[in-house]
Amino acid sequence: MVDEMIRFENVTYKYSTGGREKELVAVSNINLSVKKGEYLVVLGHNGSGKSTLAKLMNGLLIPTEGNVYVNGMNTKEEDKIWKIREIAGMVFQNPDNQIVATVVEEDVAFGPENLGIPPEEIRRRVDKALETVEMSEYKKHAPHLLSGGQKQRVAIAGILAMKPECIILDEPTAMLDPVGRTEVINTLKKLNREEKKTIVLITHYMDEAVEADRLLIMEKGKIIMEGTPKEIFCQVDKVKELGLDVPQVTELAYELRKEGFNVPCDILTVEELVNAL
Amino acid sequence: MIIKLENVNYVYNPNTPFEQKALDNINLTINEKDFIGLIGHTGSGKSTLVQHLNGLIKPTSGRVIVDGIDTKAANGDLLKVRQKVGLVFQYPEHQLFEETVYKDIAFGPSNLGLSEDEIYNRVKTAMELVGLDFEKLKDRSPFELSGGQKRRVAIAGVLAMEPKVLVLDEPTAGLDPRGRDEILGRIKKLYEEKNITIILVSHSMEDIAKLVNRIVVMHRGKIVMDGETKEVFKQAEKLEQIGLGIPQITSFMRTFKEKGNPVDDTVVTVEEAKKELIRFLRSKKNA
Repeated sequence: MVDEMIRFENVTYKYSTGGREKELVAVSNINLSVKKGEYLVVLGHNGSGKSTLAKLMNGLLIPTEGNVYVNGMNTKEEDKIWKIREIAGMVFQNPDNQIVATVVEEDVAFGPENLGIPPEEIRRRVDKALETVEMSEYKKHAPHLLSGGQKQRVAIAGILAMKPECIILDEPTAMLDPVGRTEVINTLKKLNREEKKTIVLITHYMDEAVEADRLLIMEKGKIIMEGTPKEIFCQVDKVKELGLDVPQVTELAYELRKEGFNVPCDILTVEELVNAL
Repeated sequence: MIIKLENVNYVYNPNTPFEQKALDNINLTINEKDFIGLIGHTGSGKSTLVQHLNGLIKPTSGRVIVDGIDTKAANGDLLKVRQKVGLVFQYPEHQLFEETVYKDIAFGPSNLGLSEDEIYNRVKTAMELVGLDFEKLKDRSPFELSGGQKRRVAIAGVLAMEPKVLVLDEPTAGLDPRGRDEILGRIKKLYEEKNITIILVSHSMEDIAKLVNRIVVMHRGKIVMDGETKEVFKQAEKLEQIGLGIPQITSFMRTFKEKGNPVDDTVVTVEEAKKELIRFLRSKKNA
């Protein structure tokens, strides 16, 4: 299918723990389709398998069973792997582990340089990527002196310079302060809306999930809930039972409904609750 | 036991091109049994401030007095200060180093020259305080544990020193909601049962609102607000000006009140909001 970015078919992934103990099943029999241009958020607590899911999406891990297709290419085909990683770029949690150069623009240029792209084109891509993440004025700076949010945006620019169609982010805001988090999330929204990039955001911050087109919740290697943010957060009990948060206003709406007040269940923001009451 | 900071200034890299004033004329008194939430932006000086509380950093000018001891005083006294004030850094699990959980937690007390029995008791108590099963985990390698467990081992290592003041610098950073709730629950219990003073550095206004009874706000090296939790969260505009916020639930109650509904907008937790709204909605129905 042309409008499909990523497809998982009965995917299982097992980590072997050195033979001494038995294998650990990280994700189990996953079926999933991510549409082109979709903003997908994956929630789940530590150990639920969400990072494994992310790494399967651009061939960093190859399924033990089943198949993963990126833009129609199977990640098991070794000669396709570089093409796959050009299409689906990945950003990780710790900004300090992803930066390789001593100047911001050189760091952003690292990816395209390795693709053997001509220098003029690299120049164009680097400038464009830094502009998109609003870091142009820092292009000559040393990355280690930037804030966490700025570093993550440089990491995202490094991916953008590879011109991916899809960006997968594994808890990109977990180590950031609120300002850095907002910077990164706004950048993602912009990339999704203006540049039509497919975004797969793995997080455990519920407020970052509110903006998604679709939400998946993982538990013990399986997808156990799936739907729009409103559909998911309507089930406050179930979400809390899984050890996850819901926004405070959603919880309040739920509590009031339990007391017999007529409040809709799909409240996600302050404005919605004010209007509902 | 009281900690007093008097006109404290601190400058990083003085007389170099990288000179930076991190603390700017800080005056602060921390009283016994305070549970303080220390909030502010990254770079506002929070971490520099907490490192002054046990003499890890000494003021460029001004004085820090911990239970009567000036931290600029002789080294022997500084040791006492560090026993009284326990500091848990950000990502404290990075400091785990021993082969077993027991040895790691025992490291501090061992250096105090305590007897084996006393060390055993302290390790056991510390593990219970943070909710780690002593028998099950004491002989495990700390590196095999989950993220939340590792962090609790690191906190137990500080608790085993039996500090009177416990300073926690973003103890929940990077944890998932379950891990976060576990740690915060333990901290709350510790405060309630052990009569210690706690200073909690956090970016989460929701967490702060649930726990502390006093909030100190830092901005550009200065203390810009200091007061009871509700009093500080009442000043939403001022907090927003310096790029901080208030709990979502408080923000909701304020907006709701602005729309002409006479409710108490100083509530800071979901539970309080629920009570207040039920009261309001029922009275409206009856009217």
